[in-house]
Amino acid sequence: MTDVDRRGFLKTAMGAAVVSIAPGMFLFDMAHGGEAVSSRVRWGMLIDTASCTPGCNECVSACSRENGLSGGVAATDSQWIRKIEIKDISTGRAVSLPVMCQHCEHPPCVDVCPTAASFKRADGIVLVDRHLCIGCRYCMMACPYKARSFVHEPLQDQNPDVPRGKGTVEGCTLCVHRVDQGLKPACTEACPNQSILFGDLNDKTSEIAIKVRTVASTQVRADLRLNPGIRYQGL
Amino acid sequence: MPTLTSLRFKNRLYYVLLGLGGIVALAGMYAVHMMEHYGHIITGMNNQIVWGIPHVFAIFLVVAASGVLNVASIGSVFGKAIYKARAPLASLLSIAMLAGGLFVLMLDLGRPDRIIVAATHFNLTSVFAWNIVLYSGMFSLVAVYLWTMMEQRMNRWTTPAGFAVFAWRFILTTGTGLIFAFLTARQAYGSAMLPPMFIVLSFAWGLAVFHLVQTSIYAWNEKTLDPAIMGRKKNLLGVFIVASLYMVAAYHFTNLYFAHKIGFERFILRDGDLYPALFWGGYVVLGNLLPLLLIFLPGLGKTRCVITASMLVILGGFALLYVFIIGGQAYPLDIFPGYEASSSFADGQINAYHPSLYEFMLGFAGLAIAFMITTVSVRVLNFMPHDKPYIAD
Repeated sequence: MTDVDRRGFLKTAMGAAVVSIAPGMFLFDMAHGGEAVSSRVRWGMLIDTASCTPGCNECVSACSRENGLSGGVAATDSQWIRKIEIKDISTGRAVSLPVMCQHCEHPPCVDVCPTAASFKRADGIVLVDRHLCIGCRYCMMACPYKARSFVHEPLQDQNPDVPRGKGTVEGCTLCVHRVDQGLKPACTEACPNQSILFGDLNDKTSEIAIKVRTVASTQVRADLRLNPGIRYQGL
Repeated sequence: MPTLTSLRFKNRLYYVLLGLGGIVALAGMYAVHMMEHYGHIITGMNNQIVWGIPHVFAIFLVVAASGVLNVASIGSVFGKAIYKARAPLASLLSIAMLAGGLFVLMLDLGRPDRIIVAATHFNLTSVFAWNIVLYSGMFSLVAVYLWTMMEQRMNRWTTPAGFAVFAWRFILTTGTGLIFAFLTARQAYGSAMLPPMFIVLSFAWGLAVFHLVQTSIYAWNEKTLDPAIMGRKKNLLGVFIVASLYMVAAYHFTNLYFAHKIGFERFILRDGDLYPALFWGGYVVLGNLLPLLLIFLPGLGKTRCVITASMLVILGGFALLYVFIIGGQAYPLDIFPGYEASSSFADGQINAYHPSLYEFMLGFAGLAIAFMITTVSVRVLNFMPHDKPYIAD
């Protein structure tokens, strides 16, 4: 083969490589958008306990439907969100409120997870990587809110957007699959009283940020200094 | 001299014992297979009691594995001759119990098939991840230590290896205590008392196990342990029992001082039905006071008493761990301090736990693994303590 031939061959090969790789790169870029998850966003919720109706379970049912949970309440069933009825021991004042993963800024579940399966996304959503979770349940021991469940049985008919797995730990994902499409979490949409306000706590102009600045709200177990992304009004 | 008949009998007995251990271990493997197939639904563990009977067995074995090395440390680090003679046996027991404990811990995982993930993905902030290093390091270090003791050319390295093991096992048991000490939100745990408490508990449990095995080996070889040696070792067990009782008392007293933990202490010490019964009856009386009487009461303290005391210490250890691990989770997590709570997820309720047979099968399999490793090793290698005719110290 002469030098000219070699040069020609290399040119053709490079051209072929560009033609075959470029569309893939273009499509990948299309699919994944410009920037992935950004720490400029901090997703959170403000839950108004005053308007949360005792006995109403709409948020819980919506969560089960959206995420393919059975909705059962046996001790071995997963409950990503639950309604808790609390009564002040000294005054007798009763409050009903939903409790789910509080998406802490400093999540103990992430600290204790041996394989880093528990992780916090840049936008503050705390998730479990089902491929890394070995099912040791240490995160369940560490969570101050009992927000996590362990999958005790084989699963059928899963929602493809929300993969789950027997023998791994799971919890509220803040409906990350919806949030990433610009939608709100299922519980927020389902609440008949609009008691759950979802939004970006870091965006000063967002409704949630304005509300957090203007109304009194509390974080559950604020003494632990975990800075949860879920806040409650009227507690 | 043992007769031919007795040797034949022992030979058969050895295989019978090994067979029994094998059956128990196989039963545990069957339990693991079932848990793998059907999920943890077939155990008594649930979303409230997430760690159960397997963890009681595993933590006992791991803690005792560290404590039994005390015998070796007193020999290699502090140079006491009678302990030096027993250091190989103590090291063997440590490896055996560590293997048994880890067997249970690993096979109870929701995804034991992913154990390789635990070795390849490391979260540096996780005490569990630290423990993976500590446990594997302990295996290697104790193996090297054994090698320096049993291979004459390596004898000069025994002291440094002994020091390394001495330090490592303290860190290891600290790590085991930290698993619970770091659970700040739970009333039962989250105490800086836990690592030292586990270290002192390990001394008593490890020595108790050592006594049992040593007595069996002497009986097997038709030898009697020198009463002077027995006397010293029983006193040591007595001291460890008193020390561990002190640490457990201090842990509960400090909890009682914190207002937010008083409810939990009342539950464990007085109101929690099974848990106070196990704590006072199982741990304090059977696991501590009775052994102390058997050891120190004038007229008692003979071999049989020490063996009974050792067995009781081990049973007491299991009782304490049951109360600590299961009782600690049974008491409701206080998410809204100052409020009464109720929900579909057992908020504000005492959590029920009914262990299933599968959990016990897995736990006993851990004991069987430790038993088999010890039995085979003692038969093929020389782990019988060899005391000098004259003991200087």
